[in-house]
Formats: sequence, C-alpha cells, structure tokens
Amino acid sequence: MTAQPTDIATYNFAYLDEQTKRMIRRAILKGIAIPGYQVPFASREMPMPYGWGTGGVQVTASIIGPDDVLKVIDQGADDTTNAVSIRAFFKKVANVTVTTDTATASIIQTRHRIPEHPLTAGQVLVYQVPIPEPLRFLEPRETETRKMHALEEYGLMHVKLYEDIAKHGRIATTYAYPVKVEGRYVMDPSPTPKFDNPKMHRSPALQLFGAGREKRIYAVPPFTDVVSLDFEDHPFEVQTFDQPCALCAAENVYLDEVILDDHGGHMFVCSDTDHCEKRREEGHRGHLAPETHLAPANMEPAQ
Amino acid sequence: MTDEPLLRVSALSKFYGSRVGCDNVSFDLWPGEVLAVVGESGSGKTTLLNCLSTRLLPSSGTASYRMRDGQFRELYRMSEAERRFLMRTDWGFVHQNPADGLRMTVSAGANVGERLMAVGDRHYGKIRATAVDWLSRVEIEEDRIDDEPRAFSGGMRQRLQIARNLVTGPRLVFMDEPTGGLDVSVQARLLDLLRGLVTDLGLAAIVVTHDLAVARLLSQRMMVMKDGRVVESGLTDRVLDDPRAPYTQLLVSSILQV
Amino acid sequence: MYVAVKGGEAAIANAHGLLADRRRGDRSVPALRLDQIVEQLALGVDRVMSEGSLYDRELAALAIVQARGDMIEAIFLVRAYRTTLPRFGYTRPIDTGAMLVERRVSATYKDLPGGQLLGPTFDYTHRLLDPELATGADVAEPLQRAREAEPMPRVSAILAREGLIEPDGKMPQDHIPGDITREPLEFPMARDIRLQALSRGDEGFLLALGYSTQRGYARNHPFVGEIRIGEVELELDIPELPFAVPLGTVRVTECQMVNQFKGSAKAPPQFTRGYGLVFGQSERKAMAMALCDRALRASELGEDVVAAAQDEEFVISHSDNVQATGFVEHLKLPHYVDFQAELDLVRRMRAEYEARENPAKAEETKEAAE
Repeated sequence: MTAQPTDIATYNFAYLDEQTKRMIRRAILKGIAIPGYQVPFASREMPMPYGWGTGGVQVTASIIGPDDVLKVIDQGADDTTNAVSIRAFFKKVANVTVTTDTATASIIQTRHRIPEHPLTAGQVLVYQVPIPEPLRFLEPRETETRKMHALEEYGLMHVKLYEDIAKHGRIATTYAYPVKVEGRYVMDPSPTPKFDNPKMHRSPALQLFGAGREKRIYAVPPFTDVVSLDFEDHPFEVQTFDQPCALCAAENVYLDEVILDDHGGHMFVCSDTDHCEKRREEGHRGHLAPETHLAPANMEPAQ
Repeated sequence: MTDEPLLRVSALSKFYGSRVGCDNVSFDLWPGEVLAVVGESGSGKTTLLNCLSTRLLPSSGTASYRMRDGQFRELYRMSEAERRFLMRTDWGFVHQNPADGLRMTVSAGANVGERLMAVGDRHYGKIRATAVDWLSRVEIEEDRIDDEPRAFSGGMRQRLQIARNLVTGPRLVFMDEPTGGLDVSVQARLLDLLRGLVTDLGLAAIVVTHDLAVARLLSQRMMVMKDGRVVESGLTDRVLDDPRAPYTQLLVSSILQV
Repeated sequence: MYVAVKGGEAAIANAHGLLADRRRGDRSVPALRLDQIVEQLALGVDRVMSEGSLYDRELAALAIVQARGDMIEAIFLVRAYRTTLPRFGYTRPIDTGAMLVERRVSATYKDLPGGQLLGPTFDYTHRLLDPELATGADVAEPLQRAREAEPMPRVSAILAREGLIEPDGKMPQDHIPGDITREPLEFPMARDIRLQALSRGDEGFLLALGYSTQRGYARNHPFVGEIRIGEVELELDIPELPFAVPLGTVRVTECQMVNQFKGSAKAPPQFTRGYGLVFGQSERKAMAMALCDRALRASELGEDVVAAAQDEEFVISHSDNVQATGFVEHLKLPHYVDFQAELDLVRRMRAEYEARENPAKAEETKEAAE
C-alpha cells in the first residue's frame, strides 16, 4: 500500500464542484433580490480555515470566470499574508489574472476595507464576513434574530446606540457599524471601519457578502440605499484624521498607524496600499516618503 | 367615554393535555376599567392572563380587541407581527419579577426609551427627555437615568418596569402580581402610585393577584377563579363585602382572619 | 525611513518550506508510510474519519502525516477534500442489529443473548507504560474463536418486547434524510440532522458536555444499554435494479444509552434513549454523543431546559471543531484597521476624561505635545 501522491486526492476546477457553485449562485441571486437579507446557504468546508475568508472565497469561486481579473485585499492592503494566500489560491485553482489595481479588477475580494478608488458599474466587491448578524451581540439566539428581521423589530439596535451616547457622549461603534439597506433590512457591513460606510451607499458596483462559518450570504445591488443608523441629534459621522498620509499626502482616506520605534514615534499611512502607490507614482509626496521611486503596481497574467 | 368595550372575551379555554388551564371564561372590559382576577395559585388566573395577552394561544374561544381605529380585531387571528406591534404600543405587560420585563444590562433611560425607539423615534434628546419625565412620574430620581436596573432595589425595578410599559401611552395593561415579592411598605407605595397612574391616564388594566387587598385598592370589578373556572364576578366592593359563592366567602374570611 | 512591508508571498513560501522540513524531521529516521499509520495508529485514523466524516483510512492517514499529528488539522484536511466530492446517492440505513460484532458490552444485563464480548479494549489494562513496545518486540497472535452463530439482538429490542422503552423513532414515509453538508442548518432541527451534527462533532467538546450532564447539569440517569463495535454492510438502492446493491462494509461504534424517565404530559413513563454512532472504534465519542443526544431531547420530552447540554443552538453551533478552530485562530490575522478605529476612539475619550478630571494637567500635556 504505497501512496501515489499524484492521484490519491484530486480537486475540481476552481475547487468547488459545479453543483455547489450553482447552489451558491442561487443564494447570491436571492440575496440580490432581497437587499440586506441574510440568505442561509449550505456553506462548504474550504481549504482555508473558517474565519479566514471562507465565505468570501466561496462567493468568489462561484462567480469567477476565466476572463475575470481578481484583486484581493486584507485591511486595505494587497500584500498582507492572508490576501496573498487567497490571491495565490485563485491563481492556482482558477488560473485567472490577478492584479493589485483597483480600477482594472472585475472582482475584488476584501476583508475589513473598501478601496479608496471609487468603484464602477460592472465591478463586484466580495466581502469576507465573520458575524453576519447585526443583532447577534444584543440577542444571541438565531431563532429570535430571524424573527426580529422578519418583523422589522429593530428598536434594540437603537437601544445600543442610545447607550453609547448616554455613556460616552457619542456613538462608540467604530467598525461593523450597522446600516439599513433600501429602508428595510438592518445589515452588518462586515468589520469595515465606519469610515467606509458612505462608500456603500448607491455604489455602482455589486456588493456581495459571504459568511462561511455562519453560512449566510447577503447582497447590496448597485445603486441601493445604504444608510448608517443614527439619531437626528447625533448624526452618523466618519472618522477623521488630523494629518495626511505620511507617504503620499492623501487626505480624507483611512490611515493605519505604524509604530516606528519604542519611544512613541509613529506615522500614519494609507491603509489602501494600491491607492497610496498610485498617488506616489503621480508624484505626490508625504513628509516621510522615501526618495526612491517605487515599482509600478504589477499585473500577473494567467499562465 | 365610548359605549363599546375595549376587549370582548368569549368562552376562552386553555387545556394542557387533559389538565385544565382555564375553562370557558367570558367577560367584557371597558375603557378605563381595572379588572382584578383573583384566586389561589393553580386557579388558572395566570393562564388566562397569558392567553389574553397572546403570550399563549387558547385551546378554544375568542378575544376581540378594539383597535384605535374603532374596529374590533380577533386577537388569535392576527399575525405575529401585528400582535407584537400591539404589545409594544397599545398594550403593556407588568411582570411579577421585574427582571422578566426589563433589560437588566442596559440603563434605566434606555429601558424606558426602547419602546419609543421601536416605534421610530430617532431624536436622542427627545427620547431622553421623555425618559426623564417618566422616571419622575414613577418617583425615580433623574440622576439614576444612566444606571442599570441591576443597581436598583426591588421596588425601584418594579416602578421602572411600569414606566417602560406606559411610555407609549398604552390603552390596556396586563399586570401579573405587580406587588408580589415586595416588602409590605414598598407594596403600599407602589399600589398608591399605580392607582394614581391608572386614574390619570384612564388606563384599562387586567390585574392578576392572589392578594385581595390589591384587588380592593386597584380594581372596580373583579373575577374570582378556582380550578380554571370563574366562580364569581362583580363590582369589587360588592364581591368583597357580600361574597355569594362559597369559595369567595372562604377566600374573604381567610383574609380577614390574618 | 519607512518602507511598507512587502514580500508576503515569499514569506509564505519560505514558511511552508520550513513546515515541510519540520514535518519530515530528521532525515536519518525513516519516513512514515501510510500503511504504518493505518495499522498502528488506527484509533487516530478512526477519529479523523469520524469527525472528518469521510470513511477512507488511507486519506485519513495521509491527513495525519500532513498535519504532523495535529488531529483537528487532519480532520480539516479531510473535510476540505470531502466537500469537493460529487454525491452519487444515499445508502440504506445501516442495520447495527446485523453487525459483525467484535466488541459488545451491556451495563444493564449480566448476560444476554449473544453474550458480553470485551473485544480489543483498553478497559482493565493497567495504565503502566510498556517498554517492550519501544523495542518493537513481536506480539503474539490473539486467541480467536469460531464466529458465533447465535444472533446478537440489540438491548433496545429486548426492552422493547416488554414495552418498557420508547420504540425506534419512525420518519414519515416520504422523509428524505437531512444532510448537514448540503443544506444550511436551521434551528430547531429534526433529530436526524442533530445526530449527524453530533456524530461529526468534536470528541472533547461532546465529552465535556456529556460529563456535565452526569454531574447534575441536566441529569438524565443514564445506563449503558449497549455498546457495540463491528462491521456493518452498506447497501445502495439503484432505481434500475429491483434489489439493493451491497457496497462493502464500514466499521462503526454504536452506543445506546437507556435513560430513566418518569413520563410527562407528552410521553408515558418508560425508558428513553440517547443514541451515539460514529465511524470506526470510539467508545468515548459514541457514549458522549448518546448523553448529549438524550439531553438535547429535553423539549421533545417536555423537560425543562436548564443546562448547556440541553440547549440545541448552543451545543450544535459550537460542536464543530473545524469551525471552532478557524474562528478562534482567525484572531491572529491582521485586525489593524478595526484596531485603529478603536484606538482613535479610546484616545479621544481618554483626552476628554483627562480634561474633565484634571483640567490643569490636561492643558499641560497638550502644551507639551505641541
């Protein structure tokens, strides 16, 4: 009984079998038909752990075709290890063209950010979602939360926001900030910073959300209203930064704090690495930008 | 005042297998009227209350409620969505144990404000002002508004639960032993408060209690239940001063002996 | 000067190279063959098949080697392979009454038709480390007796003759068995679905929950009616053929717990059952599963739900170790975008707090900062 490493285990093209892809596409279509509604689906085990983007990977695997151009970001960056790993996965199993360029990508899979470059019609943004249920930490029971969505009982959501203001003087939710979609379903935008919420509103791109471990898919079709919950006298507002990006001098973008030394030295740089590189190519310089010119964003064609 | 009742109950029964919860109960409740349902534990009074408040579905019988538009609606034919909406707008339910009716881990202000937010109020300042007003009406100091009910005494929790229920101006409130589990002195104060609120707001209420003193203080009319059946009903003063059913006579005399 | 971190791809490749090296270990030690694992670490292989829910010893052995002996990682590998396989059909229910039994014990009867068979068990071994095993010494052939002709009815069938135990549940005629790998889970679940989830649930988690029921958290007075381990035949109905086609045999462990029950509004006084069935040989898992199954029937039998083991949503949502390990371990992925959002908020609130508590000092700090 000697192992034959070549044929003991083989995998289908794009990993998922076609039946599974059809099942997932049906869930996606249902999600698009009922914006913001969480569609249960028979999530599969994926070759990466639950919680590491299995929902997003299943959605991407189900919609991707040979002509697609895929971009994968994690925390806004193309070069974080999990983004690299997922991009490599699709390069291997679907042999598609991958890119870091937001504008040329047809599918962008993301964890925790929406790119700064405005998305356009025809693009699909696939979010990886850990906990799809916006009511989960207020009401742990699935049976009850489904009822609350069905009956549109969302008072509890505002109780949480009320408590924030009563205790902290402001709404203290900074990411995974709940939104109402097309005036009906309250939805978790995934743990993106609330800074990105306005980008979801009436976006020309199709936004798909996959939660693998929790077995839910939901969607925001193009040009759909996505409104962040708030109070009339405490309106929703996004984070602002006191300084521009230290590398490309961009303002009104989301910044990461980078610790430079252990004496409190730090700098703020674009979380969206592609956006930052593009700006530097265009000649923008932040106060800590290196002198050398960076290589242009690369495009790796399919083999 | 209107010449139509608020609630019409007809031949309501609830069976648990072969055991009787309540059997063939009928009555009308009029706007602004407080009805006490008295009996020992196991008499079916709580089952009746739970059926009337649609927390339980009866085995047979009907209950119709006159909506704000004047139309009668059959409670057990309403959709769950309609019933839940009624529950948080036009009705209130005061539990014996305040922890069952409050969110113990959110502030008093949010407890009072939740119903307002549930029906669409989106102005923090106004919600908070209303909460302050209601806390004062149930004699809770304004500076406790951001405290959680966990930090409250039993009497305060019960008053908070009442405020939480009344903030949307309901027309009908169900109360299950509202003073049970409280010290006697606290009970008296709560009863005074309840009586004042019910009168001021013109509330109709159905109060389940085993305590005849509560019935005497709060209600105009009462029903005495035993083994799931109504054994006597009438004006509260008449029933207590001139009980006709032997069981009521026993109840009244046993109270007097205490 | 700061340069954004690059080279994730190379780092990952190098890390995986190192993993391969560590997996192989000292090259002067012979590499493990899969048949060695299948033969000599058989219970580990059984666990991977059971919780990986794929009956294939060789793949399970491969997964164990690839995972360097990390069982949950091996289960994960098998699951991720299994999920890509096409589904041809569903076999008939296995008949454990017709099992070719290697081990069978009952705690409820001293003797019973078919007898008590200890089989290959750790029970009554003295847990003394055996240095002989380290030398690879020869092992004597076990004693074998001719196969018993006597049938071995299940204890549940014996009790059923007196009407003292609830009968085998019946599903409606046209009931299609649920499949948790093809349909999304929804609560509350039917028992067939729940049993599937328990059967592939984490052994440690179910063991702890089962243990909790014995210590009084939803006590249900269990007796081991029977545990049996052995081979059962698999048969598949094929529409074109008038008979069921045998596909081969699988080895399973079945545990039937018999639980005292005083009766309720919904059921007469009788013994009730908790059921456990897993691939391969794993008594611990089958017994824990049976305890949990019985505990989860609380609502069905009109019992109060008072403990974790009775709470279906709690138990089933957390029993899958592949899900659990993924979500716990995902915390090591970068979260700095969210953390930045929280940092910003805490800094602002902290500044306001300082200003309130100690206005003079806050002013000082502010000046120093500027």
